[in-house]
Amino acid sequence: MGYKNSIQLTKDKKLRHFLTIEGLPRAILVEILDNAESFLTVGEQQVKKVPLLRGKVIVNLFFENSTRTRTTFELAAKRLSADVLNLNIATSATSKGESLLDTLQNLEAMHADMFVVRHALSGASFFIANHVAPHISVINAGDGCYAHPTQAMLDMLTIRKHFGAFADLNVAIVGDILHSRVARSEIHALTTLGVNEVRVIAPKTLLPSAIESMGVHVYNDMNKGLEGVDVIIMLRLQKERMDGAFVPSEEEYFNCYGLTEEKLRLANSHAIVMHPGPINRGVEIESSVADGKQSVILEQVSNGIAARMAIMSMCMSGIAAGEV
Amino acid sequence: MKDVDTLVSELVQVTRKKIQDESIEDPMMIGIHTGGAWVAERLHEGLALKTPLGALNISFYRDDFTRIGMHPQVTPSHLPASVEDRNIILVDDVLYTGRTIRAALNEIFDYGRPRRVILVCLVERSGRELPIQADIVGEYIELATNQQVKLAGPQPLNLSIVDAAT
Repeated sequence: MGYKNSIQLTKDKKLRHFLTIEGLPRAILVEILDNAESFLTVGEQQVKKVPLLRGKVIVNLFFENSTRTRTTFELAAKRLSADVLNLNIATSATSKGESLLDTLQNLEAMHADMFVVRHALSGASFFIANHVAPHISVINAGDGCYAHPTQAMLDMLTIRKHFGAFADLNVAIVGDILHSRVARSEIHALTTLGVNEVRVIAPKTLLPSAIESMGVHVYNDMNKGLEGVDVIIMLRLQKERMDGAFVPSEEEYFNCYGLTEEKLRLANSHAIVMHPGPINRGVEIESSVADGKQSVILEQVSNGIAARMAIMSMCMSGIAAGEV
Repeated sequence: MKDVDTLVSELVQVTRKKIQDESIEDPMMIGIHTGGAWVAERLHEGLALKTPLGALNISFYRDDFTRIGMHPQVTPSHLPASVEDRNIILVDDVLYTGRTIRAALNEIFDYGRPRRVILVCLVERSGRELPIQADIVGEYIELATNQQVKLAGPQPLNLSIVDAAT
């Protein structure tokens, strides 16, 4: 924990990289949410831009495919008036044999100020943060099965906008916890912000061992797990990360762990349904639930822009103001 | 230095006269967070303006971001009506370097193109760094660079001169 913070925070405890939620103090998370709420109003302006990061160069370094995350990061950077480079590594120099560090040094020579990194390997963003020049900030846009901290923060923003506070909430995270970087980051964020209870609902094959040590309650029976919850976070069944037989079939998975209207009625009547996307209709969530009144899935996308604006500007501000 | 109540009632009179003399139609008043918003609240009430009061938080438009970083922003900007082709009365507590007003004008223009912007300030102090001037000022004070005018509020509003923290 100490090591993670020593790299993420400046000496005067300002954010400089955003790699994982684990170990970040509650005050930083609340500051992110406060700033994100202010940035939501930028979307209402005729000119949807503020000049905070004018002249900064932000590089989207995506070693793994992503549409929603990359485009919302790009839009967030543009709303902050930064210049954005989108690097699709699969079609770039790394595939011609250039090493990752050489690629980074070339980007530094182009005066990049921030790297937004998506990688299939856990810890990739830490590696990059450890090797960049001191004026460069690194943001983790999802690495392997480890962390997806900006997704967690946009979800916290969505929850806070609906309920105002965290203390009384029971939150259930449902599905493929084992392969989900989102789940891990959500759990850290929810426990740091002090919700009443975090539950994970999944078959034993899709749960990491010793998940209880993260401070969550485990349910294998979805019907029991949904009783009295205020927030349901559904996860996608990550077929591309599975190299074995984790579930018997999609149909059976849907029967046991798919969120249907009938199962949704077991939760509190005001409960909201979230999903980080992309959704697999009929696999983890019924279409009528995904499009239903309690679904806030599209709100999450809009909130994602504001949350990422907050994180990017706080990191740049931390580097500008703080002693590195 | 005059007290705030006297300054506010003088500002109300002068601003009302200007609105009448120059036939400024249905102006929208906008206060700059936080001191300017407090003053604007009093002026808005005194002038009985029809359009609700707006507030600007200019943190995202400051020109010192790369030097001192972001200021935590808790109260976002809120403009109750479109600024497009509207007369705007911009209100701040203290006019000093002019940088805050520059930032506020930049932000207003990101919401649309106003017809006219009038600047009303409770106090103007010496030390301007930009060619920006107020249309209506309560009182002008000559101060040394190590001195500051502070407005405490919101209830009651109180002006004082303090030595700036070094």
